[in-house]
Amino acid sequence: MLILDRLSKTYADGTRALADLSLEVRAGEIVALIGGSGCGKTTLLRLIAGLDRASAGRISLDGEGIAAPHPGVGIVFQEPRLLPWLSVADNAGFGLADLPKAERRARVAHALERVGLAEHAGRWPRDLSGGQQQRVAITRAFVAAPKVLLLDEPFSALDALTRAGLHRHLLALWEESRPTVLLVTHDVAEAVALADRAVVLRPKPGRIDDTIPLPLSRPRQPSSPGSEAAARTILASLDRSLRPEGETDRTRPDASAMWW
Amino acid sequence: MRSVEAGSLALAPAPARAPRLPGGRGLIGLVLPLALALAWEAAVRAGLAQGRLVPPPSRVLATLWGLSASGELWTHVLASLSRVAAGFGFGAVAGIAVGALTGTLPLARRLVDPSLQALRAIPSIAWVPLFILWFGIFEASKITLIAVGVFFPVYLGVAGAIAGVDRKLVEVGRVFRLSRLALARRILLPAVLPATLVALRTGLGLGFMFVAAAELLGASEGLGYLLLDGQQLGKPDQIVAAILAFAILGKLCDAVLVGLSSPLARWQDTARDTL
Repeated sequence: MLILDRLSKTYADGTRALADLSLEVRAGEIVALIGGSGCGKTTLLRLIAGLDRASAGRISLDGEGIAAPHPGVGIVFQEPRLLPWLSVADNAGFGLADLPKAERRARVAHALERVGLAEHAGRWPRDLSGGQQQRVAITRAFVAAPKVLLLDEPFSALDALTRAGLHRHLLALWEESRPTVLLVTHDVAEAVALADRAVVLRPKPGRIDDTIPLPLSRPRQPSSPGSEAAARTILASLDRSLRPEGETDRTRPDASAMWW
Repeated sequence: MRSVEAGSLALAPAPARAPRLPGGRGLIGLVLPLALALAWEAAVRAGLAQGRLVPPPSRVLATLWGLSASGELWTHVLASLSRVAAGFGFGAVAGIAVGALTGTLPLARRLVDPSLQALRAIPSIAWVPLFILWFGIFEASKITLIAVGVFFPVYLGVAGAIAGVDRKLVEVGRVFRLSRLALARRILLPAVLPATLVALRTGLGLGFMFVAAAELLGASEGLGYLLLDGQQLGKPDQIVAAILAFAILGKLCDAVLVGLSSPLARWQDTARDTL
């Protein structure tokens, strides 16, 4: 169980990125964090990954506090961030340096098979497409067997078709070990396709605005009535979250553009 | 199965394009110097030119052959080469060490870098009188001069490469909880390697420049001495022969450095262009 307890983050320049954010995520749950720009989504993931320190509040994973990178937490960044001097297989196994070679190789080969990159294992990252590189990055995070996997808009730079393929690969890997997944996204359809629960954030400073359960069965069809209804609910909530507090009806011309 | 094969076949030509073959396209570069050499040779033979101050290729090659046959050339080549090797060794090691220090420790950079930048502004040859006073007129002053010349490009290249390492890749190391040492070995070192190799090549080139300068300023052997000797005895063919020897030696050393180092940087997307 991942518990975020009244987390706040204020940067040195006074920007308040997060204020009093509390969230509990069950083991094995997939939660989508969704919101407009500037609502502290990436900041939140960096805190959980231990890359930044919270100004106030506490993060705990199964009762253990997190203040530095933790072996139980893996992250996939917005960009693949592969090491260009390592082959695909070595990149995927980057976090397994402590394991015996044979076991490392077996785990990497199995995971690459899962994401359909088995025949690319010996190639350089530069020879792969963007979607393939991001699959290697996801594999790199998964083979380290984290209890919590953080995904920071990992599919945002890809086209819709590639993205749908990556969703399938992600779920295929998730099915094997069922880690807790925290997915940051600005794409409502992505949240509906993957998550058990969508958490809508409100910007400036970032905090939770609304939580929408997505009790849909997998595999999900984006065009099914359930998915479409869920997407509409999230959109409505997102729209509300982007309006300044106290403002009720006055429409803001740029509000609808902000979440794309 | 069929499509997989087709896919891998389609990808195959990419690596084949990568290594630059010295033959083929490289040969076209020889046309101009060869044509000029042949034209000059013909002009001298036909009596159109005297060729006393600008010796025809045949005479230069004959001189080179004579020097080589008597073993004199090899003495000079060895002398110059060992000076470059020693100077390059000291300069490169110092440049890498100081560059790594200022690249990784901000305090060291603020402390040392301004002074080094100031020293860099001094033309290296300006050190010669001081080095001769300090180290005498023999090997030590020459090697110091070469080392100073090699140091600066290597220092700048390494420090710049370390400062330019992508923070995002360093974060990957942090997420996997690498120790400082492991971070340096697994991420920083490979990341700065290509730029370091380029800096070393620049340094080697300058090493040859300074060995010529040092030997012109006073030496009893070395290719630079051969140049000076040719000037004083009025033997332009010997000067051109020494210049040729310098060119061949420099190119060979550079090729050896590239040959030794290019496997380390073959992952680089641009390696085939920079190296």
